[in-house]
Amino acid sequence: MSVILWLFVTVAAYELGRWLRARTRSPLAQPVAVAIVIVGALLTATGTTYDDYADATTLISFLLGPATVALAIPLYHQVARLRGMVVPVLVALTAGATVSIVSGILLVRWLGGSDVLERTMAPKAVTTPVTIELTERLGGYPELSAAFAIVIGIVAAMVGPRVLTLLRIRDPRARGVAVGAVSHGIGTARMLEESRVEGAFSGLAMGLTAAVTCLMVPLVAYFLL
Amino acid sequence: MIVGLLWLLGCQLAGTAIVELTGIPLPGPVVGMLLLFVVLVLRRSDGEDDPVIQVGDYFLSHLQLFFIPAGVGVIVYLAVIRDSAVPIVVALLGSWLLGLATVGWVLTLFLRRVPSAVGTDGAPGEEIE
Repeated sequence: MSVILWLFVTVAAYELGRWLRARTRSPLAQPVAVAIVIVGALLTATGTTYDDYADATTLISFLLGPATVALAIPLYHQVARLRGMVVPVLVALTAGATVSIVSGILLVRWLGGSDVLERTMAPKAVTTPVTIELTERLGGYPELSAAFAIVIGIVAAMVGPRVLTLLRIRDPRARGVAVGAVSHGIGTARMLEESRVEGAFSGLAMGLTAAVTCLMVPLVAYFLL
Repeated sequence: MIVGLLWLLGCQLAGTAIVELTGIPLPGPVVGMLLLFVVLVLRRSDGEDDPVIQVGDYFLSHLQLFFIPAGVGVIVYLAVIRDSAVPIVVALLGSWLLGLATVGWVLTLFLRRVPSAVGTDGAPGEEIE
């Protein structure tokens, strides 16, 4: 009973979030964020523990694996765009991933955050399923890092293009890659609204940066954690 | 449909097996993603008829659904967030901004030597939620 109840509630909350996004067109109305608020409130109201909820919804979370594998498809569709700039893009993504991981860890440390929090902050720039996997391996809080990744995606969707302009980054390819590198799918959806070139490069960067970050996180962890 | 699902699960299985056998520090599904990429390139798959692409695109269009259960777990950490609000907010925004600026500036520097039309043709990227 509780399995089907929470499965139904989760899918229904997601659908409500999709409806809200279609109605409002606001970057704040991310279906996943809306669903988290609704389900979280219902769990608290009914006194259900998160463990019980997580057990009831393993059917949904299991699908994260095959969905992560499927990220190869947009990468495959867009990879031809990289002809003539493979090296620049990979260098930029590696530099960006390193800066993002290192600064995340050090800022938490300097401001008095715990060791576990450093490990939770480190891999939050990549697409959420990969963030969850990486945080699990590092010994952080996977669920908290998932929330970080979602929040940072929403921030990017709200202010990303404006910040890029302030930073004087004008080449649409560089703009797309920059957002995809640190703000994954939610940022990519926003860049698709800017222009198709920015959207395509953002999606491409999101897939590549997931792979680059997976390689950089253990390396940085070895030196810093 | 089922054939496409089998490819996705097969790549995930192979990726997980490779990680367990070799001990490389990568998540199994990410290795699976790289394997599927190689499969697509080797098969020169194009477009609608390919069952992997059909099923995979459908999965991706609802990617957000699959991490709702993980995201809801944030309710367990509300106390952590309250106690460490300053490091969390500053590190989250700070590392995002630094990463964004690094990628953008480094690439802009390199792209001065690449013609501005390179890579700008063709269909837009698929929308991923």
